[in-house]
Amino acid sequence: MTATQTQPVVPSFDDEETGRKLAIIISKGTLDMAYPGLVLGNAALGEGVEVDLFFTFWGFDLITRKTMHDLKFTMLGNTATHMPQGLGGLPGMTTLATSRLKRSIAEVGVPEVPDFLELVKDSGARLWACRMSADMNHITEADLYEGVDGIISAADFIEKTEGAQLLFI
Amino acid sequence: MPVTTIAGHDVHVDDEGFLTSPQEWSPELARTLAQNIGIELTDEHMKVIEFLRKDYAQTGETATIRRVQTVGGFPTKQLFQLFPKKPAKKMAYIAGLPKPHGCV
Repeated sequence: MTATQTQPVVPSFDDEETGRKLAIIISKGTLDMAYPGLVLGNAALGEGVEVDLFFTFWGFDLITRKTMHDLKFTMLGNTATHMPQGLGGLPGMTTLATSRLKRSIAEVGVPEVPDFLELVKDSGARLWACRMSADMNHITEADLYEGVDGIISAADFIEKTEGAQLLFI
Repeated sequence: MPVTTIAGHDVHVDDEGFLTSPQEWSPELARTLAQNIGIELTDEHMKVIEFLRKDYAQTGETATIRRVQTVGGFPTKQLFQLFPKKPAKKMAYIAGLPKPHGCV
């Protein structure tokens, strides 16, 4: 059915100024667990939502220069690979699983972790490193990806993200 | 599928107002579409829009921000400046294309 509208139909992109904010805590450092937070954060940024990312514990690997290019995926302890658990312990399996996953991710046009961080940074995200994790690992700002906005305490992060929706990964 | 009159032309749009027939688009129409959502089109905007049109003709899919950056060569920061807040949707709307489906 076709109906001619007298008033033009215009999308209401900015009608709802909700001031919506999203805070994402990234606590895992494996390749597979690096992506959910980055993908969702990036999607939120594209919808005009303010996004703060807090990297803590193993999540620190995503923003540490030494490790960010070399995150790994292991089959061990991951029943969702639907392979016998013993296989994951064989020599070279983590390297193989990592390169397979990297290829699958690249095939769908999704960037590697360092490029992805740059993408969310350029899209307006704020990146925070956890003070406690930095102290535990004797890491300073010089060891971190240059896009990180600062090393802050958990309390500071809670303060900065007042009113935000929270996602823990 | 509603038909709406934009800049004196009858065009087919979906319920949100996105054009459903890319061939009904023209650069003149783009100017009005942009005004509808509060954007004054400049040459910089048009370069991005032209890339989206060309890319859609080749791939049959609307380019995501990531693709506009990597294939089109437009920096992400610039896209957010030109099409504030919701760049992917705004670019697609002005280019007369469907909303992009990709996650990134």
